[in-house]
Amino acid sequence: MSLFSFTRRGVLAAGTALALSLGTVSGAQAQTPPGVLIVGQIAEPKALDPAAVTAVNDFRILMNVYDGLVRYKDGTLEVEPALATDWTISEDGTEYTFTLRDGVKFHDGSDFNAEAVKFNFERMLNEDHPYHDTGPFPLSFFFSAVESVEAVDATTVKFTLNSPYAPFLSNLAYPTGLLVSPAAVEEHGAEFGRNPSGTGAFKFAEWRSNEAVVIEANADYWDGAPELQAVVFRPITDANTRTAEMLAGGIDLMVEVPPVALSEFQGAEYTVHEQAGPHVWFLILNAKEGPFADKLVRQAANYAINKTALVDEVLEGTAAVAAGPTPPAFAWAYNEELEPYPYDPEKAKALLAEAGVEGAELTFYVTEGGSGMLDPVAMGTAIQADLEAVGFDVKIETYEWNTFLGNVNPGLEGKADMAEMAWMTNDPDTLPFLALRTDAWPDKGGFNSGYYSNPKVDELLEAARVATDQDERARLYKEMQVIVQEDAPWVFVANWKQNAVTSDKVDGFSLQPSFFLLLDDVVKN
Amino acid sequence: MGRYVLRRLISAVPVLLGITVIVFAIMALIPGDPATAILGSYATPENVEKLNRDLGLDKPLVAQYFIWLGNMVQGDFGTSFSLNRPVIDEVLERFNATLVLAGTAFVICSVLGIAAGVVSAANQYGWADKAITFVVLLGISIPSFFLGMMMILYFAVSLRWFPVSGMWPIYGTRDIWALLDHLVLPASALAVVATGVIARLSRSAMLEVLRQDFIRTARAKGVHERGVIWRHALRAAMVSIIPVLGIQAGFVLSGAVYIEIVFQWPGVGRMLVDAILTRDILLVQGGVVFVAACYVMFNIVVDVAQSLLDPRIKT
Repeated sequence: MSLFSFTRRGVLAAGTALALSLGTVSGAQAQTPPGVLIVGQIAEPKALDPAAVTAVNDFRILMNVYDGLVRYKDGTLEVEPALATDWTISEDGTEYTFTLRDGVKFHDGSDFNAEAVKFNFERMLNEDHPYHDTGPFPLSFFFSAVESVEAVDATTVKFTLNSPYAPFLSNLAYPTGLLVSPAAVEEHGAEFGRNPSGTGAFKFAEWRSNEAVVIEANADYWDGAPELQAVVFRPITDANTRTAEMLAGGIDLMVEVPPVALSEFQGAEYTVHEQAGPHVWFLILNAKEGPFADKLVRQAANYAINKTALVDEVLEGTAAVAAGPTPPAFAWAYNEELEPYPYDPEKAKALLAEAGVEGAELTFYVTEGGSGMLDPVAMGTAIQADLEAVGFDVKIETYEWNTFLGNVNPGLEGKADMAEMAWMTNDPDTLPFLALRTDAWPDKGGFNSGYYSNPKVDELLEAARVATDQDERARLYKEMQVIVQEDAPWVFVANWKQNAVTSDKVDGFSLQPSFFLLLDDVVKN
Repeated sequence: MGRYVLRRLISAVPVLLGITVIVFAIMALIPGDPATAILGSYATPENVEKLNRDLGLDKPLVAQYFIWLGNMVQGDFGTSFSLNRPVIDEVLERFNATLVLAGTAFVICSVLGIAAGVVSAANQYGWADKAITFVVLLGISIPSFFLGMMMILYFAVSLRWFPVSGMWPIYGTRDIWALLDHLVLPASALAVVATGVIARLSRSAMLEVLRQDFIRTARAKGVHERGVIWRHALRAAMVSIIPVLGIQAGFVLSGAVYIEIVFQWPGVGRMLVDAILTRDILLVQGGVVFVAACYVMFNIVVDVAQSLLDPRIKT
């Protein structure tokens, strides 16, 4: 017996002592230092080379370290000058001439000039460029229309396109168009992604793998030095852990808050930010065969699904109901007159009766999760219930994301009647051009997996791509949206609202419709 | 003895070769490819083909396997697609973090588990035995990731005694105290189940030994009870406890995956999960081969240790 009491007392005493001593130490550490913003990110970045990465997670860091020739105006998806002060577009839309900002230097001290711009695009596009092997550059096709880049003089650069391509300017505002220091690429080669150098508001300081990326204020920033001394990006993959870190004071800013955790942040010490982005969540309907070959049945599906319930209940208000194929975040190209299909099961039943399709069996591809897919399993189940309520017999097949894409992208023919899908783009051209045109059917290398085809839509999209006048483009996109909504090649479901939480120490933060994180005006007390 | 060790080492070679074939085949067979994962929405057949060519994935599978194996034998595990750095750097760094976590958990569960088992056996059917048996049952039944989340909520969010996640403080010194501070919660959460298992098996091993004649002899010649239990009985019982420790070490290492995800510990388990999701072929293959090699080595060490302790095992 003496033996046991000895052990118990010993263990208790040692344990308590350890817990107390360590506890006191860390009590002080939970406070983050003033002037340093700690951001809870969703994953470890791949690289800090804007030409080599594809994930929003990496873009959130990059947008603060680099600038492009142009950028999105605060709170919009409209292009404004950045490293280029202005530009002219030739009459036929194939020549873009930019005037560059004078006296800007990269963080490594080298000059920003027309030669640097030329170097950036040739590195990405020209397979013979000496630094092309610092890739691969998965998104270089954003600039596949670029035939040549010419440094006319130190502050003038001319791009020649092989054909008119209206999204060119907004692609330049995308992270793939951010400009890196040629001197740093020459010095570090393939290691540039870990030794980045740009012209942005913050300069790279340190990258501790799986722990933190630290960037520090660039006092010489051409657009005014940032208020913060430094920003630390911490990768915290698990959403529950990220929430706990925010609650414990270990981070000041958290992105992608899970809907169920939002209620934790109702108190005065937190601010919840929301911003709808250029995202659309939809169901691809197989218009080639089966019940959805009939437009009436496709419209019936749009009436049958209770989208308000989906966004409010399944997604806890983190999305808005989508009306058509173009997200409202593209304010200049969005047709305000479009009203979402109302939830009307009776109307759906009437349409099905009219089409003579009652009790049709549907195969429905659902994914377990994936980029921009929100809560696909729960959403799929709710959609199944809504469709069964109007008389469909829906069979769900669930796949892991990569397998899912492998099934959906080659087309639904012979496999399924409908599939979940979501896209986030930077220009209103991208999604409809790649997923709604007749020339974008899977056998032609596009993403029109439901085989929608309407010559009028094809014509409008082709015309919008080559028009250089923004008002003209807007008119074409607005007309396209009306036709597509009526034809209902998809069930238009939701536009995701990105969210973030900041602590009460953080001021001046707002989310952007681009989903990028811009921190140069943020203050931390 | 030396020949025994050598023989065991040689027999590990075909095992490791088999592992390389299996992990390569699995990565080749599962649907989805890295190019599709990297390109996401933009994975047109044309873009995928170009990126696969850039990544060197357009060669025939057999050729890819032998190139990979040949490079690996020379110590080159390739470059991770998703992290853009050498696989071996990442694996070593991550494995190191896992060893710190699993090693600490292993020490905790061995010491507490054996102690609890011995105390239980020495007081068979006494209230201490009953209390320990109950706590052990509870510990075995709680999934470690759930326990981890509860510990975060209570000790890190409510009480703020320990940090929520990570291995090092973001600011401040990186010394042993800072590490311990980050280690307490994850290592405890990880140790709980193994502690229970070890306690149970130590208890029965001890009970068996305590019934034997030499224990009665020791007591009869007047050895103090503490000496009988800890010196005579435990030493004999260790022969059957050590293999259990070996198995539990394996469980602690694999159980670390959940704990690493919950506590954002930068270990090899979380690395493999992320790598599988992004189809980072070389990182998965390199990581699995490395971890498997460690398991094989670990088993050899356990067998050798046992043969040293128990002369009945032929070497």
